[in-house]
Amino acid sequence: MALNAKPRTMFSDTANRFSRNLPAMMGVVVAVAMYAVAIFAPLLVTADYSAIDLDNVRSGPILQHYFGTDELGRDVYSRVIWATRSAAFVSIFVPALSLILGVFFGMLAGYFGGWVDTIIMRVGDILFAFPGLLFVFFIAATIKPAVLDWVKTIGLREFAKQGYVDYIVIFSALALVGWPGLARLVRGQFLTLRNREFVLAARAIGTSNWKIAIRHILPNALTPVIVAVSGGIGGAIAAETSLSFLGVGLQPPNPSWGQMISDYYVYWRSADLWPLLLIPSIILVAVILAFTFIGDGLHEALNPYLE
Amino acid sequence: MLSYIVRRMLWLPVLLAIMIFITFWLGFYGPGSPEQVLLGQRYSPETAALVRRQWGLDKPFWVQYGRYVLNYVSLNFGESLTKYPGQPVATLLARRLPITLQLNFAAVMLGVPVGLLFGAIAAYYHGSWFDRGIIFVSVFLRAIPTLVAGPILLFIFAKQLKLLPVGGWDGIFSPSAILPVAILSTGIIAGFARQTRANVLDVLNSDYVRTARAKGLSEVRVLLGHVLQNALIPLITIFGFMLGGMVEGTLITETIFGIPGMGLLAFEAINARDYPIVIAITVLAAVVFALSNLWADLFYGVIDPRIRNT
Repeated sequence: MALNAKPRTMFSDTANRFSRNLPAMMGVVVAVAMYAVAIFAPLLVTADYSAIDLDNVRSGPILQHYFGTDELGRDVYSRVIWATRSAAFVSIFVPALSLILGVFFGMLAGYFGGWVDTIIMRVGDILFAFPGLLFVFFIAATIKPAVLDWVKTIGLREFAKQGYVDYIVIFSALALVGWPGLARLVRGQFLTLRNREFVLAARAIGTSNWKIAIRHILPNALTPVIVAVSGGIGGAIAAETSLSFLGVGLQPPNPSWGQMISDYYVYWRSADLWPLLLIPSIILVAVILAFTFIGDGLHEALNPYLE
Repeated sequence: MLSYIVRRMLWLPVLLAIMIFITFWLGFYGPGSPEQVLLGQRYSPETAALVRRQWGLDKPFWVQYGRYVLNYVSLNFGESLTKYPGQPVATLLARRLPITLQLNFAAVMLGVPVGLLFGAIAAYYHGSWFDRGIIFVSVFLRAIPTLVAGPILLFIFAKQLKLLPVGGWDGIFSPSAILPVAILSTGIIAGFARQTRANVLDVLNSDYVRTARAKGLSEVRVLLGHVLQNALIPLITIFGFMLGGMVEGTLITETIFGIPGMGLLAFEAINARDYPIVIAITVLAAVVFALSNLWADLFYGVIDPRIRNT
């Protein structure tokens, strides 16, 4: 028995299992590549995302335009690269917002029970019952102009012009329909954990409610939440695609893959323009798959006795 | 049991009332008032006032809301404003809904049995190449958005192979229905296979299945009598969810394939900012979702006594 063997911790065990999962590791590679491209986008592009080349409109891939140009003469390669930023934003902010809402409300509902639980879960039910896509459309169509006006009145005209308001409204709307699922998950965990010995022990020595909930129960309840959130990132990116298709996603000229696919989907008929559709499609599917595999990999790594 | 049913039933109207309120509220305070939509960019204040009075838009919020709810209860969903001006939304829905129902029915009839079969076989031969294949394919298929899958299928089958039409609708028993049904059922197959596999695996490892085997029951009886029965129950809930997601699922599919169902109507209405239609479809979808969930809950309660008292 070697005494200098490295101690095994839960984290190192999980990391070990995760790193042996080939699809999950491939997912990590794709995800890291995506964030790298998003960060270094200005160095990689050959043109601005809204720059127009009137000599080459609706062209297939040529030397100046690796992936061709669209009907306005914009460089598709550069737009795909810029759109990576949109996807990166979606992949961070939508899960983060849903996570905050879901954990907060799920925690309240599961820990306190009673009427707090009833109200939170019923609100969740209502949001759940709305067809998500149409609901987000409603919010984007009705609330966004109001938010835009408001942002302008408080003097952030430049901020509004850059399209950041778009991001905020769309992300909040997606998070709004996304949190009830997470809240249910957290609530379920709290319900099973709140009567366990370690919680009773903490209560017996007079620990406050908040401290019990956050310091003692939450860390033990997080495993399924981490899995659900990482698996949900792909879903958030896909949802932005659907919203773009309805014309209420991230607005032009800021590009997103969903917007490009929605704009170009009719090109499946075209003899030379089909790469315009195919390239963002492949990238989109690869990224969604990557996050799905990461989610599955985490699920397996965190639940070693699964099979 | 009775009180459980009553409790669930009482929640339904409350849920609907709240949902109608939210859609109305969003529409009421949203941009582009109906008279702007009706009259276009330039109009005199007098005409606007006249239109407002005609449509009852000069009344206070609660009066308008009350009238709106009454209309909805009596299945009067108002008139289309911009896309099909003057046509009652109810008529439009009645014309479009059957097509969407046919599509989804076909997709369910194809998708559920295939998904069940694949999922059950994968679980039974757990760890085999078939199992791995099923998992991989279902994960893969679920990751492809309809917006990507549709054009790819059209490219292969309509453009390159020239086997199937590029879109349109000649009824459910025509070649034009093959691709849309395939796309809609793919989601169902992938979802059901994944869930069935997990459920069957769970049950296969349970004590009562070990007991059944130990007392010498034949493998067929174990599978049909013990495993399948218990593995299928949780699927009821998923089925309810799927019915609820019907509108959304068909929206993109119908638009890509040019099928004049409710999904395409929703797409047209959204693009034309034709709120009465969008609101009606939203509420309708929510009703279907709530009803199918209620149905799933009740059915679950009947089968599994543990649920009733939670």
